[in-house]
Amino acid sequence: MVVNEVSCENLSKVYSNGKEALSDISFTIPTRGVFALIGRNGAGKTTLTRVMSTLLEPSSGRATIDGLDIMEDAAELRSRMAVVPQEGKVVPWMSPVQMITAYLLWRGEAHKDAMRKARDAVAMVGIEEHANRINRVLSGGMKRKALVAMVIASGADLIFLDEPSTGLDPISRRDLWGLLTDISKDRFLFMTTHYLEEAESIADRIGILDGGRLLALGSMEDLRASMGRRYVLKFPSGTALPPFEGEMMVGRDGMTQVMTTDEGSHELSKVLIDSGTWFSLNPVTLEDIFYRKVGRKIDADNGEARD
Amino acid sequence: MSKLSSQLLASILVNAIYEMRAYPVILINTLISPLSFLILIFFVSHGDLLGVAILGGMIMTMFQSGMFLQADLSHLKNDFRLQEMVVASPTGPGTYVAGMAIAEIVYSSPALLVLVILFALFVPVTWFQATAIAIILLLMFLSSVSLGFALSTISSDIVQSFGFSRLITTLFSTLAPVYYPLTLIPEPFRVLAYLSPTTYTARLAQALAGFTVVPTEVMLMDAAVVISLSAIFLYIGLRKARWRER
Repeated sequence: MVVNEVSCENLSKVYSNGKEALSDISFTIPTRGVFALIGRNGAGKTTLTRVMSTLLEPSSGRATIDGLDIMEDAAELRSRMAVVPQEGKVVPWMSPVQMITAYLLWRGEAHKDAMRKARDAVAMVGIEEHANRINRVLSGGMKRKALVAMVIASGADLIFLDEPSTGLDPISRRDLWGLLTDISKDRFLFMTTHYLEEAESIADRIGILDGGRLLALGSMEDLRASMGRRYVLKFPSGTALPPFEGEMMVGRDGMTQVMTTDEGSHELSKVLIDSGTWFSLNPVTLEDIFYRKVGRKIDADNGEARD
Repeated sequence: MSKLSSQLLASILVNAIYEMRAYPVILINTLISPLSFLILIFFVSHGDLLGVAILGGMIMTMFQSGMFLQADLSHLKNDFRLQEMVVASPTGPGTYVAGMAIAEIVYSSPALLVLVILFALFVPVTWFQATAIAIILLLMFLSSVSLGFALSTISSDIVQSFGFSRLITTLFSTLAPVYYPLTLIPEPFRVLAYLSPTTYTARLAQALAGFTVVPTEVMLMDAAVVISLSAIFLYIGLRKARWRER
């Protein structure tokens, strides 16, 4: 039995309508920190999350979490996990404290303990002033925080969040990132997102899915290393350059972008400095990696409505 | 408090207590349909069918509770994804549905309370008869809950679920001979009444209360029909329902 590990072997899912949502997914990651799955709409993020969180049966293949099989040991896994689905919402006629209390009762807690933990969790996410107001009148950000408080209160050490920040304004989104980072200090967080900045900011490991296939997986450093080019230089087009190893693109803004190796970035920087050209030098971003792995931007509008 | 009672309490709080607290109008809502028909029958029959109508109100309340379950399960599952959050927890499907079913009784408690008081005042029965009627009503509830559970597994659209709920409640608890005796329906149409499970419950309850005379073998057959329907609906629900989706 392998503990502290999520493992998938040739996991596939074909829906009854014939749509193949996951195709031969295999990976192993440790059950600690944040794992973020990224991909366009229809890439298979939600399907993989639902399969791993015991909500959906795979068509073939096998997956284990800490050595527990998602099919055979579902009951044991469910006592350790908390899930907020993609379209999971707070129930409008309940307050955050009532909602969390009910959730903890379903998890088998005594009512008194559930109430206490609910109040503590609401305070932890910073919505204690709204703890007893009905959810219907709360803002989108507060509703999301209430759902996060729910998984915090559960004490579960395996947390699955499907697109937790969708629909939030930038400030609420950043608040949420802080919360998720805190949660992941002593629990495993499996999340999906289509905000690349979010994955880059909080994930310890990132998986790139497209068309039901896992194209890449690893830390940001691993993903950069897999590209063979770790830096991007940007400077005005028309600047004379010596031969270098890497790719060059000219943007509509008249700027040239070069993705290159450590040595290439060093040599090109020297040339640009010597020629007095203004330029920027940055590590390759997740957006660059995604574009090169998938061949399209993450928000390219050709995905399907549901993963 | 045991783990099971905590899990049942969660469903009751979510599906009844908290909702009733947030929207007090619900307290009147569940009361209005059974009492309206009761008052109508009372006036039309010049008071002669008051006892039958009180029994009818009780049957309607129990039946519509099961139909509410269908709409509520569908609502909580499809609109809030609450069921998925519960699936990935230690609560099993039986406990979840049982808790939701009890919640429907709690939800209908204002109507039941008024009807029980009216029953005690206007339906002169012995303790034995009252107990037998209570058992029949519980069987009706079980049958209706099973039907509601089976239907909730079929429908994934909340508008459709509420539409179903209203349609079946109207067909089976107002059009069917629930508020009036079966014998009032002309013979050629009487066969249609036998398509409704509430017909058997109402005939049994009316006979037990002494409002109609029904041979013992017919009463036993009616009880067998209600029990069989409950078993069939429950079987369909359990066969169709998927706690973990495929």
